[in-house]
Amino acid sequence: MSSIRSRRAVAAVAGGLGFALVLTACSSGDSGGGSDASGDTTADCADFEVYGDLSGKEVDVYTGIVTPEDTPYMDSYKPFEECTGAKIVYTGDKAFETQILVRAKAGNPPDIAIVPQPGLLQQLVATGAAVEAPADVAANVDEFWGEDWKAYGSVDGTFYAAPSGASVKSLVWYSPTEFADSGYEVPTTLDDLMALTEQIQSDGKVPWCAGIGSGEATGWPITDWMEDFMLRLSGPEVYDQWVNHEIPFNSPESEAALDGVGDYLKNPDFVNGGLGDVTSIATTTFQDGGLPILEGTCSLHRQASFYASNFPEGTTVAEDGDVFAFYLPGETEEDHPVLGGGEFNLAFSDAPEVQAFQTYLSSDLWANTKATISSEATGGGWISANTGLDVANLTNPIDQLAAGILQDPNTVFRFDGSDMMPAAVGSNAFWKQATNWITGQSTKETVDNIEAAWPAS
Amino acid sequence: MTGKFLTMVLAVLIFVAVVGVILFIASRAERRSGKGVALMFLLPTAVMLGIGLLYPAGRTILQSFYDAAGTSFIGLGNYETIFTSSDQLVVLRNTALWVLVTPFVATAIGLLYAILVDGARGEAAAKALIFLPMSISFVAASIIWKFIYAYRPDQPGVEQIGLLNQLLVWLGGTPQQWLVSAPLNTLFLIVVMIWIQAGFAMTILSASIKAIPEDVIEAARLDGVNAFGMFRFVTLPSIRPSVVVVLTTIAIGTLKVFDVVRTMTGGQFDTSVVANEFYSQSFRSDNQGLGAALAVLLFILVIPIVVYNVRQMRASEAR
Repeated sequence: MSSIRSRRAVAAVAGGLGFALVLTACSSGDSGGGSDASGDTTADCADFEVYGDLSGKEVDVYTGIVTPEDTPYMDSYKPFEECTGAKIVYTGDKAFETQILVRAKAGNPPDIAIVPQPGLLQQLVATGAAVEAPADVAANVDEFWGEDWKAYGSVDGTFYAAPSGASVKSLVWYSPTEFADSGYEVPTTLDDLMALTEQIQSDGKVPWCAGIGSGEATGWPITDWMEDFMLRLSGPEVYDQWVNHEIPFNSPESEAALDGVGDYLKNPDFVNGGLGDVTSIATTTFQDGGLPILEGTCSLHRQASFYASNFPEGTTVAEDGDVFAFYLPGETEEDHPVLGGGEFNLAFSDAPEVQAFQTYLSSDLWANTKATISSEATGGGWISANTGLDVANLTNPIDQLAAGILQDPNTVFRFDGSDMMPAAVGSNAFWKQATNWITGQSTKETVDNIEAAWPAS
Repeated sequence: MTGKFLTMVLAVLIFVAVVGVILFIASRAERRSGKGVALMFLLPTAVMLGIGLLYPAGRTILQSFYDAAGTSFIGLGNYETIFTSSDQLVVLRNTALWVLVTPFVATAIGLLYAILVDGARGEAAAKALIFLPMSISFVAASIIWKFIYAYRPDQPGVEQIGLLNQLLVWLGGTPQQWLVSAPLNTLFLIVVMIWIQAGFAMTILSASIKAIPEDVIEAARLDGVNAFGMFRFVTLPSIRPSVVVVLTTIAIGTLKVFDVVRTMTGGQFDTSVVANEFYSQSFRSDNQGLGAALAVLLFILVIPIVVYNVRQMRASEAR
C-alpha cells in the first residue's frame, strides 16, 4: 500500500535527503533565500483571475501527508489564497486511509481528499459521496498527463480525480564509489543485472540486501518487486490484465514473475548482505534494508526514489556520491517499463471555490510552484508526472532522475498494482503471502493463496 | 470548524436541558413512589446504553450476516469462513493458545511471587518491581520486548542488540529470529502479556493471602504442616475465589489482546488473533461482514468468562 510508502516517501526525502543536499550542494551562495519558502510565492495574480473573487470562501483539504512534508503543500496553496481570497484549511492525519472511508460513509467528507491509491479512490467513489471532476480539470489532465494517468483517476469511465504528486519505484540503489572502485557498470538489461549480481558474488561479496518489515504492512516491498518483474517479463498488457483480475493471480505469468524475484531474494548466495540469511529479509524493516550499502556489506538494494531520506544525515546522494540509484532495467535496452505511485485530488463538493482550487492543483502552475517550494524548503523530495513541470525546478539529483524517467517518451508507466487491487488482496493477502513466501512458502502456494483471497464479485 | 463547535455546544446544552427536566419532574414526583423516581433517573442511562451499546451491537450482529460491502445477505457465510479458511483457523488456534496459556502462567507466577515475598524483608520494593510493567502501556511493553527479541546476523563484526540473542551467543548458540516461525512466535508474544499481567495477579493474590486469618495459619503450624502442605491445604483454599477472579480477568483481557500483536508482528508470520484480525478485516481488507463476524465471535467467547467472573466475585464478596 503506497499510503505508508508515499507518506514516508515525501517525509523521507524531505528530511534526510533535504539535509544532505542542502548541506552539501545548495548551501553555497544561497544566503537567506533558502529558508524563506514563501519568498517567491507572491506570484503574479493575473494567473488566478480566471477563478474570480472567492473571498470569505473556505476549502478543506484532508490528507495523510503530515508534518514535516505538509509545509510545502500549505505553502504551495498560498498564491491561490492570496490572489482569490479563499481560505484553504489543511488537515493531515496519519489514519487517513481508514478515516476518509469512515467520513465519506458517514456523510461528513472533506471538500478535497488527497488519495494515494486508485483502489481507495474507487472505494470512495463507491460510497456515492465523491463528485466528478469539473471540465477545466479534465482539460488540464488531457493537456499535461498521459491517458494512463487519467484512467487511474477515473472510475467506470467517469473522470473523478486529477493526479498530483508521483514517485518512481523501479530503482536500484547502489554505491557509485564501490562501482567505480570495483569496475562494475550500471546494467542496462535484466540479463546484465543478473550478470552483475553474479560478478559481485564471485568477488566474495553478498550482492543484495533487502528488508520488508513494516508492521502490519510487512511484505509490501516484495509486492513492488513482483510488480516490477511482472511488467518486465510479461509486458504492460498482461500486467494490466493481472491487476484487473482478467487473468487469475495464480496464472503462469504471475508465477514466473515471483520466481524471477526469488532468483535474487531467495538465493542464499545473493542475500542478505550484512543482515543475515534469506529469512532476515522478513524481519528487517524496509527503512533499514538498504543501509548496508553504506557499510559495504551489500551492493544493491531495490527501492523507490523516496528511499533517499533513509540514509543517515551527511550521506551524499548523487551520481558521484556515497549512494545513488539506477533504473531497474527491462528485458532489453529499448524496453522501458516503470512502476510508480502517485496521489490524486478527489473532491466531495462541487462548490465553485472547490472546483477553482481543484483546477489550480491540476495546473502546470501548481506543479512548478510546489516543486520550487519543496526544493527550497526541504531540498526536494517531490515530483509530479505533470509534463508541464520544468525539471529545472528540481534541485536534487534523485528527483531529477525520477522526473526524467517519468517524462522519458520511451517510458511505459504503470501504477503500483497492489494499490489498485481490491483491499482484501492489495493491502492484506498480497502482503501476508509475500511475507510467508520469503520465510519459506513455495511460489505456487503463495499465488494460489492470493488468488483464493480475491473477492468473489 | 466553527460549525462543529456550535453543534457540540448545542449538544451539551440539550444534555443539560434534558437532565434539568428530569430533575424537575423527579422533584415534583418525590412525594409519590420511590420507584417512579428511580425509573426517571434510570432513563438517561438506559437511552445512552441503547445508543452507545445495544444499537451498535445489534448493527454489528446484523452486519455479520452480510457480505464484504455490507449490501447482500449471505447468512452464516462469514462464520463459515472463520471456521473453514486456513487463515482464519490459524487465527483461532492462536487465540486459543493465548487464552489457555496466559492466564494460568501469569497467575502462577503472580501467586508464587506473592508467597515468596510475603513477609520477607523489602517486600514493598520487590512487589513494586513486578508491578511496574502493569503501568506500562501494551504498545510500550511490546516495543521493549521487540528489542529484547531483536536479531542481528551471526557475522563477524556484527553485534547483537537484543538481550535474548546476546544471552544465547554468550552461551555459545547462534542468534535466532524469535518472531518468525509459527506457532512458537505466538508463545514469544504471550510472554509480553504475562510480563504485564503477572504483577496484577501478584497484587490481588498477595492482598488475599494477607487476609487469611492468623489463627488458621497458627493452627496448621501446630499440626505440623510443612511448607507445601501449608500452601496446598491452607493458602490455596483460602484464596481460591481470588485466584478464579484473577484467572478470569486475565483471560478476558487476553481474549481482547490487540496491541501486542499489532505492535510486534502486525499479525504477520501467522501470529494474528481474533481481535487483531477483526481490525484488519474491517479496516484494511474492507471486509465489513467478516470483520463484524469476528467481533461477534469475540463477544460470544467473552460471555461465559464474564458470567463466571461475576459469579465468583459475588461469591468472594459474600464471604
